[in-house]
Amino acid sequence: MYKIVAKKDLASTIKLFEIYAPRVAKKAMPGQFVILRLDEKGERIPLTITDWSKEKGTVTVVVLEAGKTTKKLASMKVGDYILNFVGPLGKPAEIKNYGTVVFVGGGVGIALIYPEVRAFKEAGNKIITIIGARTKDLLIFEEELAKLSDELYIATDDGSKGHHGFVSDLLKKLLDEGKHIDLVVAVGPVIMMKVISNLTKPYGIKTIVSLNPIMVDGTGMCGSCRVIVGGETKFTCVDGPEFDGHLVDFDNLIARNQRYLEEEKLALERMKTHG
Amino acid sequence: MAKKILEKKVPMPEQSPKERIKNFDEVALGYTVEMAVEEAKRCLQCKPKEGQKICVDGCPVGVNIPAFIKCIRDRNFDEAIRIIKEKNNLPAICGRVCPYERQCEMFCTLGKKFEPVAIGRLERFVADWELSKGVKIPEKPQPNGKKVAVVGSGPAGLTVAADLAKLGYEVTIFEALHKPGGVLVYGIPEFRLPKRIVEAEVEYIKKLGVNIVCDVVVGKTVTVDELLEEFDAVFIGTGAGLPNWMNIPGENLNGVYSANEFLTRVNLMKAYLFPEYDTPIKIGKKVATIGGGNVAMDCARTALRLGAEESYIVYRRSEKEMPARLEEIERAKEEGVIFKLLTLPIRFIGDEKGWVKQMECVKMKLGEPDSSGRRKPIPIPGSEFLMDVDTVIVAIGQSPNPLIPKTTPDLKTGRKGEILVDEKQKTSKAKVFAGGDITTGDATVIAAMGAGKRAAQAIHEFLSGKS
Ligand SMILES: Cc1cc2nc3c(=O)[nH]c(=O)nc-3n(C[C@H](O)[C@H](O)[C@H](O)COP(=O)(O)OP(=O)(O)OC[C@H]3O[C@@H](n4cnc5c(N)ncnc54)[C@H](O)[C@@H]3O)c2cc1C
Ligand SMILES: Cc1cc2nc3c(=O)[nH]c(=O)nc-3n(C[C@H](O)[C@H](O)[C@H](O)COP(=O)(O)OP(=O)(O)OC[C@H]3O[C@@H](n4cnc5c(N)ncnc54)[C@H](O)[C@@H]3O)c2cc1C
Ligand code: SF4
Ligand code: SF4
Ligand code: FES
Repeated sequence: MYKIVAKKDLASTIKLFEIYAPRVAKKAMPGQFVILRLDEKGERIPLTITDWSKEKGTVTVVVLEAGKTTKKLASMKVGDYILNFVGPLGKPAEIKNYGTVVFVGGGVGIALIYPEVRAFKEAGNKIITIIGARTKDLLIFEEELAKLSDELYIATDDGSKGHHGFVSDLLKKLLDEGKHIDLVVAVGPVIMMKVISNLTKPYGIKTIVSLNPIMVDGTGMCGSCRVIVGGETKFTCVDGPEFDGHLVDFDNLIARNQRYLEEEKLALERMKTHG
Repeated sequence: MAKKILEKKVPMPEQSPKERIKNFDEVALGYTVEMAVEEAKRCLQCKPKEGQKICVDGCPVGVNIPAFIKCIRDRNFDEAIRIIKEKNNLPAICGRVCPYERQCEMFCTLGKKFEPVAIGRLERFVADWELSKGVKIPEKPQPNGKKVAVVGSGPAGLTVAADLAKLGYEVTIFEALHKPGGVLVYGIPEFRLPKRIVEAEVEYIKKLGVNIVCDVVVGKTVTVDELLEEFDAVFIGTGAGLPNWMNIPGENLNGVYSANEFLTRVNLMKAYLFPEYDTPIKIGKKVATIGGGNVAMDCARTALRLGAEESYIVYRRSEKEMPARLEEIERAKEEGVIFKLLTLPIRFIGDEKGWVKQMECVKMKLGEPDSSGRRKPIPIPGSEFLMDVDTVIVAIGQSPNPLIPKTTPDLKTGRKGEILVDEKQKTSKAKVFAGGDITTGDATVIAAMGAGKRAAQAIHEFLSGKS
């Protein structure tokens, strides 16, 4: 059992949890994730490790309410226990000094880039951060990222803050201006990562994306998380979650993430009626 | 006064095929006391003779079969279970899933003339009898102050742990998943091995003093080298958890599962109880399972229970070459699984939304025997045909799980990624032992247990010899 030791509402549908899991905290690295299961009948879902403290033995996750499990987690309180919490899973990000690195975070992805931004900053990179959300209330981690970034740009779909439009517009602008960029790291909705990868491809700028397929075990045993990268089948939980965006078959990932749409809807409706 | 020996095994009561495909309850219901005693009377109580093999020689862990069967005949079930447990810590499981027709029962003297003694069923009977009345826990020995870490809680890991605990070691099992049992919980379906049986066996091992820690992926959460800082020896029993693929076009379409994903969703995550349980499974009307082993039979039979209208086994050789247990093939047929033999899928075809809708197959014929001794399947040119399917389950075997070898540099592995061990289950790395499917590729529960027993003995020799 893993205790929730702190909780913060970052936005109406985005919550931060600090969870006591000393084994995971001891080993966590940027780019890795955990799999948790809330209770005996629960599903195993992956969440990115957003921060950790070896001293306190805690791991921080930021969760966007999407369906039953994430909504149920969002409603949990400090002092509550999570039944299973396993990690750190996946390969850590490859952190070194590339020069200038652009981080693109969309939606809950804004929080997920945070540990990497910090690590890349410490490794001596110049950091340009582009964050975007539907509306300004959903912009999270803005302050934390501003502190670490040499430049920070904001986009909202409804224009309530920053650029009126998408994060990709802002990256395109930088590219059009001829800004020197050595690496792009994009984390967010699959469609955003696809657009960003297509954008940087003609420029030959290496682009890393963090994929979010549906997982079960997270140890390379089941293949639910398989994606096509460079024409080869890879298991995201052990070979990723970060891959070269120019090689990823995003359309296959988008299709595969729709596998259980009907069931996910049913589960959510049932939760509303059964409590 | 010798009574005539029954030629056939006392039949095992079963759920009827029509009934059982509507539920996940166990198919075989087990012997009653009278049936067990009746069956035990068939045993000839053979004495081992020079150059002549009997039942015991076919059991990978050497259960004293004549002795426990004699106890059943005498209705001394307490003694029967004690004899079995001298060698076998998991009898309720082995009595259900051992391929006994190729092991103990294959060497049964009675089997030369009639049906062999139903050793597996009798073993199950005694184990169930004990479970129903509450398992007696052997007295704990004096702790010897030595600590052993076991990685993986499948039959290999559980066996090593139990044997070492009985010798006074402080044993901790680290398991990646949230439930101990390995394939016994995530792979083999409820209708063949009820999970309460596995839970009871795991409870027994816990009562021996073994500490089981779930949610630890060794290689990630903690490395083998780190375990060695804390423990005097490490046993690796991580199984063959890497699904093999066909490597043909369309394998990543929606509706195509690995057997591991399909079975894990259903068994470990209880997707057959969705939406009461949160994890979903999607089953179509026409389901094709590719493969001919136990795993394939389990998938095809599970598909029927989930509501598939047609459930196919698609296998590239003929029925004779199928590696599955005979009993399982028979049960699958009774339940209405359709066998498409000498058939090899070569391509999956999807619809516009990325769901599998057809499978192109080629017909095969059998050629000369290959290295496995089975006749090699050869495609017949021009025999390609299309088969409508909306769910495909690929059940063509598993390879050793590479996570630990990858994160333990000085651990030697073989051609298929299996951890190399000597006859005492010792690896190339000091203080590290391994056994079960991680060293052999996918094999059997009892073979994994046998390896666990040898490893426990070797670890004991190693650690007691040293002090
Ligand atoms: C490596 C990895 C790291 C992740 N990190 C985070 C994180 O830090 N924070 C966070 O909020 N989410 C993260 N996700 C996504 C998160 O796991 C899913 O949102 C969650 O599984 C949804 O579960 P649910 O029961 O709440 O919703 P469901 O009922 O399962 O789904 C509801 C909706 O979410 C979509 N969805 C389902 N599964 C996924 C998925 N794997 N990814 C994206 N959308 C999905 C469905 O299409 C559906 O529209 C991560 C996913 C992966 C693979
Ligand atoms: C569907 C199916 C049906 C079968 N039917 C039969 C049958 O009828 N009869 C029979 O005899 N055999 C059968 N088998 C084969 C048998 O189950 C296996 O041979 C046996 O379980 C192997 O035991 P093991 O202990 O080596 O590994 P496993 O049972 O595979 O257990 C390994 C355990 O290690 C854990 N693990 C893996 N990696 C790590 C890690 N890095 N850190 C921590 N833990 C880890 C896994 O999660 C798992 O729990 C079947 C197998 C399957 C899949
Ligand atoms: S453990 Fe298996 S092989 Fe040994 S006696 Fe029991 S059923 Fe037969
Ligand atoms: S070989 Fe058969 S008949 Fe002989 S002792 Fe064993 S079980 Fe009994
Ligand atoms: S989640 Fe099962 S293999 Fe990746």
